[in-house]
Amino acid sequence: MAKITIPLGPQHPALKEPENFMLVLDGEQICDATVNLGYNHRGIEKAAENRNYIQDIYLLERICGICSHSHVSCYIGCVEEIAKVEVPQRAKAIRTLVAELERIHSHLLWLGVAAYEMGFETMFMYTWRDREQVLDCLEMLSGNRVHYGINTLGGVRRDINAQQAKEIIKKINYLEERTKYYVNLATEEPTVLARTQNVGKLPYKVALERNALGPTARASGVKMDVRKQEPYFIYDKLDFEMITYDSEDVFGRVVVRVLELVESYKIIKQVLSALPEGAISVKVPWKIPAGESVFRYEAPRGEDIHYVKSNGSEIPERVKVRAPTLSNFQSIPYMLKGDYLADVPITIAAIDPCMSCTDRAVVYDAKNGKTRTFDWEELRKYSIEFYKKKGVNFSTK
Amino acid sequence: MKIKEKIILWSRLKSPWILHFNTGACNGCDIEIVDALTPKYDVERFGLVLKATPRHADVLVVSGPVTRQQAKRLKRIYEQMPEPKFVLAVGACACSGGVFDGCYSVLGGLDKIIPVSAYIPGCPVRPEAIIDGVVKLIGALESGAKKEIEAK
Repeated sequence: MAKITIPLGPQHPALKEPENFMLVLDGEQICDATVNLGYNHRGIEKAAENRNYIQDIYLLERICGICSHSHVSCYIGCVEEIAKVEVPQRAKAIRTLVAELERIHSHLLWLGVAAYEMGFETMFMYTWRDREQVLDCLEMLSGNRVHYGINTLGGVRRDINAQQAKEIIKKINYLEERTKYYVNLATEEPTVLARTQNVGKLPYKVALERNALGPTARASGVKMDVRKQEPYFIYDKLDFEMITYDSEDVFGRVVVRVLELVESYKIIKQVLSALPEGAISVKVPWKIPAGESVFRYEAPRGEDIHYVKSNGSEIPERVKVRAPTLSNFQSIPYMLKGDYLADVPITIAAIDPCMSCTDRAVVYDAKNGKTRTFDWEELRKYSIEFYKKKGVNFSTK
Repeated sequence: MKIKEKIILWSRLKSPWILHFNTGACNGCDIEIVDALTPKYDVERFGLVLKATPRHADVLVVSGPVTRQQAKRLKRIYEQMPEPKFVLAVGACACSGGVFDGCYSVLGGLDKIIPVSAYIPGCPVRPEAIIDGVVKLIGALESGAKKEIEAK
């Protein structure tokens, strides 16, 4: 049979965000797939170089609406390291609390979207209804449902009182009860098993080779979680487990995320039971001394890395964001090969793609209006030259 | 008014079908749009159903500032929709470009590319605001249609 190429996206009912996949089909089976990005590219990194450190908090929060706290915490971690600020323990605890609430909201959201892609709409409605409980907690803590803006340089903006803590525990107890049901559903329901088992295989070796991150990697048995490997905030004092699973398929990714929900509930209860007393923020100078820093953060989708370079003024010289989805995208063509067309939406959804996080690097040549692609060597040379001009020498020579 | 026109108007007001399109949003507005469709807010009680293709949709719900890559796709999707068509700009970015106004790959608000029927501000918009916008749009459609009928 002749092979045909079909495009999937940028506007497609199975995709919630603009992205494009070119699928080469042999009948119902996929022989090859390529990922095209750039539809969501807004130029945030460049915009961050034109705003001051405080304004950047609110700009970088809008990289992504789902993991907004992750990006800001990561950026703030860099800036605080350069400025050598000691953040109060209470602020760190509140940041951890919001981070875990965000993880719950993101995983519940994902569970719903995955169920929707499987054709299991009832579960989609259930998880999204329960997700409202977490959003209520976040709204109570920060004043907003999606972009919390709880972080500020040197601490957090809002304190938490005993009544709020009680309310959060109440809602978490409810969610814990519901999650037991989801664990049963995800591991026993025959329709879920039929749609997820042996779909989108990603063996351990390939996961390492293609740099899969977060739950995608953990479902292939890779033990990686920044919260354990390089604890930030107060994660070194908390008792929780790193969830891994070795089924190496979509089913494993469902199981890992559902069990991570349970761990997040545990973390939240620990944080609230031992909330340190004291100030919630310290003063940070308007101008940040010259320096550079990298911060690693475990976002709901995987490891998020920010790099900030300051030059002594109130505006950062360079902000670089490496979102987890960009890294996870390398595994998608591998997962899709040999699978059936009907499994494409759930396989793509299984890495929990977040395009708004990812689309920040495309080369656009304004002179002839064409996008230009670099091969690896060219790109490397170009970046070394570019940074040499700015006074940074990355080359080993 | 002919009976055929009456039936078309009635079905259009009772059940406007929507198409959601992301032109470069941060996902904040998108999850709130989906939130409005799920049990707590349940915008389906106004007859709204999320559709997969522009050819079936009456209302185009757009979130996000228009990026260079998405502008021509947005135009094409708008042209594929059958008449009469309506556009809802959801969120500060779709209304005016929001925080991304001035970025090199952002063209700005939605109204620079296609005509907009209603703006819903907020960063991100709350589901209540989306419901309010939708109800106001339906109200405007009704009064507009009635005026048209009277003019005939």
